[in-house]
Amino acid sequence: MLNSTNANEAAAKITALVVDDSRINQSIHRKLLENLGIENQVAGNGKEAVDVHCSGKQFDLILMDMDMPIMNGIEATRTLRAMGIRSTIAGVSSHAHNENIQEFVNAGLDDYQEKPLTISKLISILQKVNIN
Amino acid sequence: MLGLGVDRLRADMNRLLAMLFHQGVLDEQFLQLQQLQDESSPNFVSEVVNIYFQESEKLLRNLRALLMDREFSDYKKMGIHLNQFIGSSSSIGAKRLRNVCVAFRAASEQHNRAGCLRALELLEHDYCYLKNKLHELFQIEQQRVLAAGVRYPIQQIN
Repeated sequence: MLNSTNANEAAAKITALVVDDSRINQSIHRKLLENLGIENQVAGNGKEAVDVHCSGKQFDLILMDMDMPIMNGIEATRTLRAMGIRSTIAGVSSHAHNENIQEFVNAGLDDYQEKPLTISKLISILQKVNIN
Repeated sequence: MLGLGVDRLRADMNRLLAMLFHQGVLDEQFLQLQQLQDESSPNFVSEVVNIYFQESEKLLRNLRALLMDREFSDYKKMGIHLNQFIGSSSSIGAKRLRNVCVAFRAASEQHNRAGCLRALELLEHDYCYLKNKLHELFQIEQQRVLAAGVRYPIQQIN
């Protein structure tokens, strides 16, 4: 597991996928990751996230929004886990209802953070990334 | 002289920001955005805020179109637009707009059309205020950067 004292060092070797349909959140989440030296790319919805994995790419960390068109974060998480993807998946959402959050967690999340994502929330997520 | 200009502009920016915080228009998430801005992306905040303006105006048009429709009944669609607006407003620290959207969403969930109309008018009003104030902030920031840029060559000659 990632030790907080060498977070920046280890972060440089981590790759991440930002899954969010909002251009604002894509920009902010990518900048948060870049500032920590984490290589990253974007998927605009759950289906794009699944497709990028089907193409053979893998990531240490996936930041997954819940509400997205075409395929939402709950469905995408369930699909990725069914495909055998063992990346750390952190759900990030501003959703109000607890039952939706529980369904999201049950789909296979390793962590859940309420939006907006901040540096401290991201560091907390990174501490759950298994970089073996 | 030019140094004083830069300092005065910085003070103007801080005063404006303090006012927006005090009024509850912005919250600390806006400061988080500013902290992300660096030399590699010196216009990060204004770029993100401009995306927010584009998306917000589209959402406001959609919300108004829904409510102006005499036979409107698609509160679920309205809820989707409002969730987007809440999310994007939270992300840039637009606290007041976020709160108005939350109240709007509550009216929508109760199928309260009159309440939705009142909330939409408040939302449009508060959005205009936020947009004007952030434009003012970015203009002061631009002037400060220009003033600081003019200052340094003179110092180097000395």
